[in-house]
Amino acid sequence: MPVERIQGVHLGRTAAEAEEDVKKGVLLTSLDRAVSWARKQSMWPVTFGLACCAIEMMATGAADYDLSRWGMELFRASPRQADLMIVAGRVSQKMAPVLRTIYDQMPEPKWVISMGVCASAGGMFTNYAILQGVDTIVPVDIYVPGCPPKPEMLMYGILRLHEKVRTKGTVK
Amino acid sequence: MSRGEQRPQDFLGGLAAAARGMGVVIKQVFRPDVTERYPQQIDEPPPRSHIGRHLLNRYENGLEKCIGCELCAYACPADAIWVEGADNDPENPVSPGERHAKDYQINYLRCIMCGLCVEACPTRALTMTHAYEMAFTSREDAIFTKEQLLEPPLPLGTAPGTQEG
Repeated sequence: MPVERIQGVHLGRTAAEAEEDVKKGVLLTSLDRAVSWARKQSMWPVTFGLACCAIEMMATGAADYDLSRWGMELFRASPRQADLMIVAGRVSQKMAPVLRTIYDQMPEPKWVISMGVCASAGGMFTNYAILQGVDTIVPVDIYVPGCPPKPEMLMYGILRLHEKVRTKGTVK
Repeated sequence: MSRGEQRPQDFLGGLAAAARGMGVVIKQVFRPDVTERYPQQIDEPPPRSHIGRHLLNRYENGLEKCIGCELCAYACPADAIWVEGADNDPENPVSPGERHAKDYQINYLRCIMCGLCVEACPTRALTMTHAYEMAFTSREDAIFTKEQLLEPPLPLGTAPGTQEG
């Protein structure tokens, strides 16, 4: 499918963006930095494993690739107690309002990782039954490619999210 | 508990049963763990596994191997590849032969990493590396252009964000 090529950035940042991030870091007060550090230290994901990516998410939480090294082994079933939603798997049209409801029930601050290509952009299912990307209904912070992404890939996405949370201030 | 045993009848018996149970748990503390400590310790994926970024190869003399035949785009089950071929300028050829890829993009938010494109390529221009450390903050960042695909991938563990601050 042809897409218009926009000058994107390989693996995240240009020099200008990194400099901007450093400037933002310097401007943050100590309290902001402490709060951002605390927020990234133990983000609790909500159980939103939908399809095959859920298996890899469970494998990431298990012993071989431990998510509790970052305090995330506790997948809360109730969205009221969670602050991270890892959308793991393809989202069908039927599931989309449910996903939005769960997202709305999560208290601020909240983040979304779209795990796998199906959640990010519809993946290989270019049809009318599958939502072509979960970012059509919720704002996504990190897109993790793969089908399914290796546990190390999901961990890399989580590390990037931690960096994003740590360097951005609490003032929106 | 086996059929012959009875539930502990007194306090000390109950305590002994609890201690036996805790012994099973405490034994796990002294067993070696199997955790792969990504990103400090990274196990190289198996050699034939196809999980990671693609790489467009060149010949030794610098010419690109890709001839713009679009077989990879045709083989892709997820429609993740866009190829546009063009004729080679005879004075400055990009690839040996008549045509080259004028535009080559892979959308990593559609690519399912099946490797069918690598199988389809007649010149072995397209191969898959093990550089799986990819995470994007927007959809546009995930569309890798020909220039990005031509450059060799970073070794595992060096991608931005793996060194925890």
